Amino acid sequence: MSDKRLSKLAALKTRATVFAALGDETRLTVLAKLLSGEPQSIARLTEGTHLTRQAVTKHLHVLESAGVVRSSRAGREALYELQPRSIEDARAYLDRIAQQWDDALNRLKLFVER
Amino acid sequence: MNDRVEKTIEIKAPVSRVWKALTDYREFGAWFRVRLEGPFVPGKPAAGQITHPGFDHVRMEVVVQKMQPERLFSFTWHPYAVEPDVDYSKETPTLVEFTLEPSPNGTLLRVVESGFDKIPAHRRGEAFRMNEGGWGAQMGNIERHVRQAA
Repeated sequence: MSDKRLSKLAALKTRATVFAALGDETRLTVLAKLLSGEPQSIARLTEGTHLTRQAVTKHLHVLESAGVVRSSRAGREALYELQPRSIEDARAYLDRIAQQWDDALNRLKLFVER
Repeated sequence: MNDRVEKTIEIKAPVSRVWKALTDYREFGAWFRVRLEGPFVPGKPAAGQITHPGFDHVRMEVVVQKMQPERLFSFTWHPYAVEPDVDYSKETPTLVEFTLEPSPNGTLLRVVESGFDKIPAHRRGEAFRMNEGGWGAQMGNIERHVRQAA
């Protein structure tokens, strides 16, 4: 496979993973805490939730493997940061699909009403 | 943002006419721009070469799910599968559902494409289990927030 094809396939997988990663209420709760744009520690992200640190860590890993968040280290602590680009990409993809359906349905309308 | 695409259009023609344009494979091919090789049969694949300018290198393949006369026509496929050399068969397909209902001026046709949230089987598991209930609305909120924050 060429690089281009590989990257297309990777993009497909990534999008599916982003949609799946966002399809969970707990992960959305974690994500909501990252919307300020500030990198935050697992401790901070666990605060004020009924979740365990382990659960938050697990959900952060799912979000990270989908490219929705990025982690970095500050000393011994891992910090997590939102990657808005991944969400925008997934949205742009759905917009393209929606546009294709608009075009197809308009052709159907013309075809039937002519 | 949502995990589905939904579109509605009103067509000034009886439901029976729209049903035929949707489910007769030659008529479908005429407006969808695909040269289908055989009729739609529930549970069976239907395939053909796309004739849409710029996409005529693409082969379209669907698997027909339901055909409830003048009410529902559905199939699964791989959306936006426009790269001829990519094997999309390993990707989880999306579901396309056309529903028809009579309207004062003819027919109200709705198309819903869903399942964008499905992921490759080897990644499925506890951590990926989908949450019940409408996360679409929450996603919209998140997205607005993200835009404001950006």
